[in-house]
Amino acid sequence: MREAKAASHGDNFVRSTSPESETANEHDAEPGVPAARVVLFEAARNAGYGVLGFAIIFAIWYATWAVGLVNRDLVPRPDQIFLRLIHDFAVSGLAWDVLASVQRVLAGMIIGMALAIPAGFALAWYPTLGRIFQPVINSFRAIPPIALSPLVIVYLGIGEVARASILVYAAFFTSLIVIYESVSAIEEIYIRAARVVGATESEIFRKIVIPLLIPNLFVALRLTLGVCWGTLVAAELLAAERGLGAVIQNAGNYFVIPDIYVGLVCIGAIALAMDAIIRKGMSVVVNWQERVER
Amino acid sequence: MMIGANVAPIEFRSVSKYYGNGPSRHVVFDGLSLTIAENEFVAIVGGSGCGKTTLLNMAAGFTRPNRGTVLVRGEEIHSAGRDRGVVFQQYAVFPWLTVRQNIEFPLNLKCCHLDRAAKDRIVEHYLTTTGLKRFENALPKALSGGMKQRVAIARAYAANPEILLMDEPFAALDAQSRGVMQEVLQKITADERKAAIFITHSVEEAIYLADRIVVMAQRPAVFSEVITVPFGKNRTADMRLANEFIDLRRHIESQLKH
Repeated sequence: MREAKAASHGDNFVRSTSPESETANEHDAEPGVPAARVVLFEAARNAGYGVLGFAIIFAIWYATWAVGLVNRDLVPRPDQIFLRLIHDFAVSGLAWDVLASVQRVLAGMIIGMALAIPAGFALAWYPTLGRIFQPVINSFRAIPPIALSPLVIVYLGIGEVARASILVYAAFFTSLIVIYESVSAIEEIYIRAARVVGATESEIFRKIVIPLLIPNLFVALRLTLGVCWGTLVAAELLAAERGLGAVIQNAGNYFVIPDIYVGLVCIGAIALAMDAIIRKGMSVVVNWQERVER
Repeated sequence: MMIGANVAPIEFRSVSKYYGNGPSRHVVFDGLSLTIAENEFVAIVGGSGCGKTTLLNMAAGFTRPNRGTVLVRGEEIHSAGRDRGVVFQQYAVFPWLTVRQNIEFPLNLKCCHLDRAAKDRIVEHYLTTTGLKRFENALPKALSGGMKQRVAIARAYAANPEILLMDEPFAALDAQSRGVMQEVLQKITADERKAAIFITHSVEEAIYLADRIVVMAQRPAVFSEVITVPFGKNRTADMRLANEFIDLRRHIESQLKH
């Protein structure tokens, strides 16, 4: 680790250019690569903080329940929800609802982003196109997907295609704006630096633009995932038989309040897990990004 | 091409640059001429906004003169090209590539036809001459500003340009790093025997590094003086204390105040 420190202040050491120091420390850790132990410790600490957040919420929940601030017939305790969750998995086939919803969210996200990436790129790369379509996009983006469901029923019916279209709509407009902004914000200096050493336009695209966009694609992925989960219930309002949105709907219709909470808890937990996976993927793929420590 | 025609690494032939037209026209400079000789290191000093960077951008091909031409080896240039290496003030190293991959970048482009062994030889050479060998697999985020500029210089040289164009490359560095980088650059330019244009605010830096110093005055920019630096190629840091050095520095600084 001492060498890593020396690297960050390397210019203060004239000796770093001298031949003997170049070979002297070859076995040291690479600069900027922290030891595995430190990484593990930080991961554990961050997870600990996350758990603390939930602990605080549960504590408040139990406290209000115990004091009687809430109607105990209408608000279940966390442990009651947990038991109900196990019951639903064991008896009601909740796993199929989870699977149906995850499939819908993933399909909506993948199709929506696959359309948004080229579209966002085109809008940013050709400024006239951007000027023509930006107002249109901004007005469409403001329309909540749930408001579209009556029209979707009229045009597409109440099948899987109808449900998917709502999610695709939500995913498309969310990621479009991120892609558009990030292509627009690519720093000219990197493109110039490539051009002066003779890179062609296609090389600039492949070797400069794509690597610079990848971190933003992860950002788009995270945002889109959040929006898709948020839109899921709207999509599953369209007569879905299975799915967490359907679970919540049906529970509401039959006044089974713990089941409503079970649906909400599942959505929250799965969204959290997916977000963690994306973040992990990002830290592996985009390990070159400088992070600002606050 | 005529025999005896200009084959200088770079030549500015009465170049003019202005923005706007009519009464609102802003003239940056008008009819400037400058020829850089083989293996010559020319520093351009001048106050902020005197057009130094515009001149360099013109040489790089980022901007075109309104009148006049810029010639590289006697050929007029129209855009950026591999024959002119550029080191920017901001660290333009590619953050997603390691030090080695950054230096290798120009060698992996379609326009480069070297075999693997030749590429490796070039990369090794510049890793060593810039003192980056130990950090070859590090990502730029682990490097200090001075180290990043070493990468940028090594990458520029790896493309084997006719001339190196540097726009205040050390301006963002602290004084100590700056001194080290001046030595690194002094050594590499003396070894590589390539022409260079170096823009700086620091008169001391200009004298230490350059064979010739162009002093630029402001609005409209003219070359108020072109000074040949009376020191050989092999220079040491402590020559800054020599009387000759100090007198020259005083002379140029007084020029810049006018």
